[in-house]
Amino acid sequence: MSSRIEDPAAAISRRRLWRGGLTRFGRRYALQIGIVGVFLAMWAFFIIAAPRTFLAREMYGAFMSTIPVFAIMALPLTMVVIAGEIDLSFGSLMAIGVLVFVNVFAMTGNLALAFVLLLVSGFVAGLLNGIIVVKFGIPSLVATIGTQFFWRGVVLVITNGHPASLVPVKGTLLRQALVGRLAGYLPAQMIWTVIVAIVVWVLLNRHRFGAHVYLVGDNRDSARLMGVNVDRTRMMVFAIVGIAAAFAGLIGSLEVNYFWVNLGEGYLLRTLASVFLGGTSVFGGVGTVLGTFIGCFIIGAIEGGTVATGLTGFWTQLIYGLIIIISISMHSLVRRRLAGS
Amino acid sequence: MDYILEMRNISKRFGEVQALRQVDFVVARNEVVGLVGDNGAGKSTLIKIVTGYHTPDSGEVYFNGKKLEGLSVAEARQLGIETVYQERALANLQTLWRNIFMGRELTTHLGFLDVNRMERETENLMVSSMGFTSAAVASDAVVGTFSGGEKQGVSIVRALYFQAELIILDEPTMGLSLSETRKFLEFVRGIKEAGKTSILIDHNVFHVYAVADRIVVLDRGVVAGEFLTKDITLDELMEKMYRVAQTGILD
Repeated sequence: MSSRIEDPAAAISRRRLWRGGLTRFGRRYALQIGIVGVFLAMWAFFIIAAPRTFLAREMYGAFMSTIPVFAIMALPLTMVVIAGEIDLSFGSLMAIGVLVFVNVFAMTGNLALAFVLLLVSGFVAGLLNGIIVVKFGIPSLVATIGTQFFWRGVVLVITNGHPASLVPVKGTLLRQALVGRLAGYLPAQMIWTVIVAIVVWVLLNRHRFGAHVYLVGDNRDSARLMGVNVDRTRMMVFAIVGIAAAFAGLIGSLEVNYFWVNLGEGYLLRTLASVFLGGTSVFGGVGTVLGTFIGCFIIGAIEGGTVATGLTGFWTQLIYGLIIIISISMHSLVRRRLAGS
Repeated sequence: MDYILEMRNISKRFGEVQALRQVDFVVARNEVVGLVGDNGAGKSTLIKIVTGYHTPDSGEVYFNGKKLEGLSVAEARQLGIETVYQERALANLQTLWRNIFMGRELTTHLGFLDVNRMERETENLMVSSMGFTSAAVASDAVVGTFSGGEKQGVSIVRALYFQAELIILDEPTMGLSLSETRKFLEFVRGIKEAGKTSILIDHNVFHVYAVADRIVVLDRGVVAGEFLTKDITLDELMEKMYRVAQTGILD
């Protein structure tokens, strides 16, 4: 019974499998290899096309101070998209968070309290997105367009459209920790971006929560049948983006020492483009942190790069839009090959 | 009688549809019960109450003599009730090991995944339990690339891994080839030999008759009758089933 002669059919199928294994490896990591390739190619192109700009130290300092503002949102947004949802409201959540921060600080003078309540307000507003989507069954695309306008409206009504100065926060430890320059060069927000990337990677790949995010995005019914708490997982991904948006809003505002009431309005397109460019599927179930991380730097470099290579700033919008369309179309093809029986 | 599962007076309504009407259903320890009936008879609803997916409107469920209330799927699995679903309940874009441990991930502490252990266990399972030397050798293969029988194997292995006492098989032979079906029926006999209990739901009366100790016929949300397979011939059973479908009455 133990000594079995392997039948030829099994041997053939095993050999076929071996080759299949190699293809599978390529297919699984193709997206990540691809994105790194795109990044390097584009970088090389920019260095050749505009060497004075792209070989200058200052250029990278600028990238590392501006890209983190949307990278910090794009990383957790990746989880929302993997879960098969979308969030379009994060730009307004940036503003609502900083509004809370500015007002609490003005009223109490307590910086720590202001910071904590900023995070809490982001969490609550994000959770509200989740509740509308999950409990009321509204598609997240529609629900978050609604909350996007709602929260922007709240900011405008409360501030009457007037911006607020963040000069009083200047010189504080909080500002130093969030947007200070390490060794006079490295922006602190870059370090925060790396921290956020690590946290999101661990959540997605090494924690039960992330396992459930993938399962929910892949097949919600199966996940529910197997006992995954689908509703809680879906609500939590929105809440996490809310916290990240408020945090990113503060970084963006502290960097310029000013709270503009339209804070976040320019971030929608580039944040989404980073996630999709990074290989996260708009259909859910697939996506990587590395992809989004590199996607952010590609998107950030495109803005600087198009201008530096002599194109007008108007081109960036066109390129972002094109990137979103191409990357989601690519995914549709890949998914059909993978999921198709 | 030593019942592992006792369901008393179970009723369940979905809007206008009365899916189950005061159903009594029991399963003895180490029994294989076949649950048969036409589409819409309430088979799936009944088992989804056992698995914690649906909550009954009224009635009581006892598992191992303990009354279950407000049961969730996760709790039911914790108690030792595993299900092999008709739709396989797989996540096609995820790896094999993620599917095996779907909803019951092995963790170290604070919810952190024990990825190495899950991958190792998966490799062992595919070789030992299913004799899969083919497509599933790699625990990080994506399940969507598997054949129907292999997918079935994955959902069966998953049910077995967690040492379930009661294994529910919901239309398991659907979409399987002849040899895969035969292998599957062997597997159901294996469950009984291992001292475990199973409920088999199948459209195909031949399959049910071949392995079940007892057959329960559901019709339009009520139990129309039940037989011990040793007391009835396949022809008699088929005739009764046909009559129930036509008239709602067994005899």
